[in-house]
Amino acid sequence: MKLIFEKSVKGRKSFQITKNEVVKSINIKPELLRKENAILPELSELDVVRHFTELSRRNFGVDTNFYPLGSCTMKYNPKVAELIASYTGFAKLHPLLPQLRIGGMLTQGALQVIYDTDMLLREITGMAGFTMQPLAGAHGELTGMMIMAAYHNDKGNDKKTVLIPDSSHGTNPASAATAGFKVKSIKTNQYGVMDLESLKDAVNDDVAGLMLTCPNTLGLFNPHIREICDLIHSVDGITYYDGANLNAIIGKARPGDFGFDIVHLNLHKTFATPHGGGGPGSGPVGVNEKLLEYLPVSVVVKRKDGTYSLQYDKPKSIGYIAPFYGNFSVILKAYIYILMLGAKGLQRVAENAVLNANYIREKLKKYYHLPYEGICKHECVFSASKQLQENGIHAIDIAKALIDKGFHPPTVYFPSIVKEAMMIEPTETESKETIDAFINAMIEIAQLAKSDPEKLKAAPTTTPISRPDETAAAKNLDIANL
Amino acid sequence: MPFISNTPQQQKQMLAEIGLSMDELFGDIPKELMAKSFELKEGLSEQQVRNQLTELASKNSIGLTCFLGGGFYDHFIPAVVQAIVSRSEFYTAYTPYQPELSQGTLQSIYEYQSAICRLTDMEAANASLYDGGTAIYEAIMMALRITKRNKVIIDNSVNPIYRVMVDTYTRNLKIELQQTENKEGLANREQILEKLDEETGAVILQNPNFFGCIDDFTDIAQAAHEKGALLILSCYPISLGILKTPGDMGADIVTGEGQSLGMPLCFGGPYIGFMASRKKFVRKMPGRIAGQTKDQNGKRAFVLTLQPREQHVRRAKATSNICSNEALCALSAIVYLSLLGKQGLKETAQCCADKASYAYQRLTKIPNVKPHFKTNWFFNEFVLDLPSEAPEVIARLIERGLAAGFPLSRYYKGMENSMLICVTEQRTKQEIGILAENLESVL
Repeated sequence: MKLIFEKSVKGRKSFQITKNEVVKSINIKPELLRKENAILPELSELDVVRHFTELSRRNFGVDTNFYPLGSCTMKYNPKVAELIASYTGFAKLHPLLPQLRIGGMLTQGALQVIYDTDMLLREITGMAGFTMQPLAGAHGELTGMMIMAAYHNDKGNDKKTVLIPDSSHGTNPASAATAGFKVKSIKTNQYGVMDLESLKDAVNDDVAGLMLTCPNTLGLFNPHIREICDLIHSVDGITYYDGANLNAIIGKARPGDFGFDIVHLNLHKTFATPHGGGGPGSGPVGVNEKLLEYLPVSVVVKRKDGTYSLQYDKPKSIGYIAPFYGNFSVILKAYIYILMLGAKGLQRVAENAVLNANYIREKLKKYYHLPYEGICKHECVFSASKQLQENGIHAIDIAKALIDKGFHPPTVYFPSIVKEAMMIEPTETESKETIDAFINAMIEIAQLAKSDPEKLKAAPTTTPISRPDETAAAKNLDIANL
Repeated sequence: MPFISNTPQQQKQMLAEIGLSMDELFGDIPKELMAKSFELKEGLSEQQVRNQLTELASKNSIGLTCFLGGGFYDHFIPAVVQAIVSRSEFYTAYTPYQPELSQGTLQSIYEYQSAICRLTDMEAANASLYDGGTAIYEAIMMALRITKRNKVIIDNSVNPIYRVMVDTYTRNLKIELQQTENKEGLANREQILEKLDEETGAVILQNPNFFGCIDDFTDIAQAAHEKGALLILSCYPISLGILKTPGDMGADIVTGEGQSLGMPLCFGGPYIGFMASRKKFVRKMPGRIAGQTKDQNGKRAFVLTLQPREQHVRRAKATSNICSNEALCALSAIVYLSLLGKQGLKETAQCCADKASYAYQRLTKIPNVKPHFKTNWFFNEFVLDLPSEAPEVIARLIERGLAAGFPLSRYYKGMENSMLICVTEQRTKQEIGILAENLESVL
């Protein structure tokens, strides 16, 4: 397909600017002006619409296909949230308005959305307070790690090491390192959870804290979670809960009750806001009482008279991490979702997410190697090791064959502690029929691996392109049409 | 309304087939760890939630005529932008890890990267960062990786909202932040040259700067390069319709807030940070990058490339921890830029500048209202000095339906009476007239 720039026709225009009725009164001196126009496309409105509509048809989304991408919680995104977020009362609001005198009174609705969402997330997680500002999950992690650093600085603790299990998301060690910490990796035991003995060996006075995802990236709940938190607290360490997988336990159990000091949530996962092809997301961070004073500024507070305002006066705050109050419209969509589900609805989310994952686990374990037995939570992780050994078929071949059967593949090659990993997260919004169809497709592929492995290696054949040459992409490095 | 598809019967059937009860499915969570409390209200229907949120939306005033800018602008957004980003093939997809079924997202990112390069006159751009502020922070980290130094110079004409963010992010990292004080509204060359030495990794500047003033940083780029330092330039993409490009000035890394490219103000987000650089620095760049390649049949194809820089591969040694970025906002930006096109972007930028200069002429005719910086060129924002404290004057104008500007005392000492005024192409001659009349009458 042609690039938009290649469709350009000299002299063609779509955009017509409103006639400018003012007289130009100052001419910027020529040395400060650009020499030539930026070479943007020259197209009609129809050209542009058709180009991007055609591009959209070269995509899978949750609305078009089952999307069991492990660790990403690709659930249905309610349309009503999109509609409400487009209301002009929200979409046209200038973020500097509440920073003007009396301007806050003109943004009471928006401030209430932020305040209420904070309150709801407190109850959902058992934490004492949230910042809604982090603009994505990893941004929340970094915010959490800066809060951890601020706590230790404030207490005069000289601690440099953060412990992270080897099954963690890649963002965990990256966020800890970005905040200035050293990272020590803790191995996973034979049951698929962080090895308690290795953790005990690693805990010492240099340990600033632990980052943990629970359930972890194998979809397993660590039964020693309380003991782990106690162990870290015994050296005045801070426990950090990566809430990427909260979908598994929402309404059933709360990280605050487990003993975690810091929690980040991904509103674009558990709370059904769209992933947007890779953002925008939102990664609010919750803390317990002892860390409240370090949360970023500003904070939305409720006054005695019931109105809302922004509070900046927090001397121990880590400071400003975002220009304003977070990805407001993402927060708004999550707020709508929580209001619509209520307590019972959210509990049913966890139940059906876990049921769907275990159903897949049970039905496929005859066909694919299941490295860690036992009940899983929101996702199950298989390995293609059997297919590799017997027929030379890799996880990636299975993934590509699934595409031809109309499914988005699971996450493959992650977590890296499982060879040829296939991480399947169905989510609660999918029906038994869809999941049965997926299971059947996986079984057919397992059979094809034996009978016609070459066919799998040639997949996908139904997509706009076949497998691309990624090595050439990195070698030739064509990243912009200039 | 939980959006769950399985019926209670299906749920039972599935449990029976796997031989477990619902309680057993959660049996791996120790009993003492089950939720101590979960007090939320009953779920609402779509009708209820729409009524409730319509009421909340009505508590936000959008009727004000907007002369507020400060890096976040009320530009016109053609309907096509919303129509395209509302296609759920785009918005319900995730990061394009599987290129065969993500060519739509990948090609749009590649086209976005290309447009950002063409706009800034640079050679490489990434798929996006969170916002203009985190983009400056990421650019600093990138520059320090490239130069292997730990000192940066930032002029206080750079957006103060971004400067306080940079402060937060660099606090624990042994990075020396040196601030220079603007001179007459422009970057302070004397102080910058004085501080610039062999330990300086980067100089950070903005054009047009926070006061709206336009500069040419060619001289500072040269001076920085002589000392082995890089120039990081934050810019306002609409202004690049007419202003001298960062590439032309010799900037090494260019960042900015892309909200003005087709994104609504939306009370602060989602917005988009863009980043572009010289091609030789691309392997040190943070974030996703889409690249062009060929498929097995020689057909044009797009993939995420240079992934070994990223957190999911390099973990603690990654160039950044960023994962989700602002892909859908990048789509808004490329659709917006494609629609406006070569001529439309220039006309929009010119219209902003013309209307701002008209407003400047009109407002400075009011007795006792004076330009704060007399000699500078500006794009679509300028600073006026009022005869009394600006926050109070602005409050009085809000009561008259005008968001007249931003009081600079919040960030700059000695500017208690100063107000930053922004005029986009959306403002009319009549609205500017109303602002002038009301300002005169409240003083």
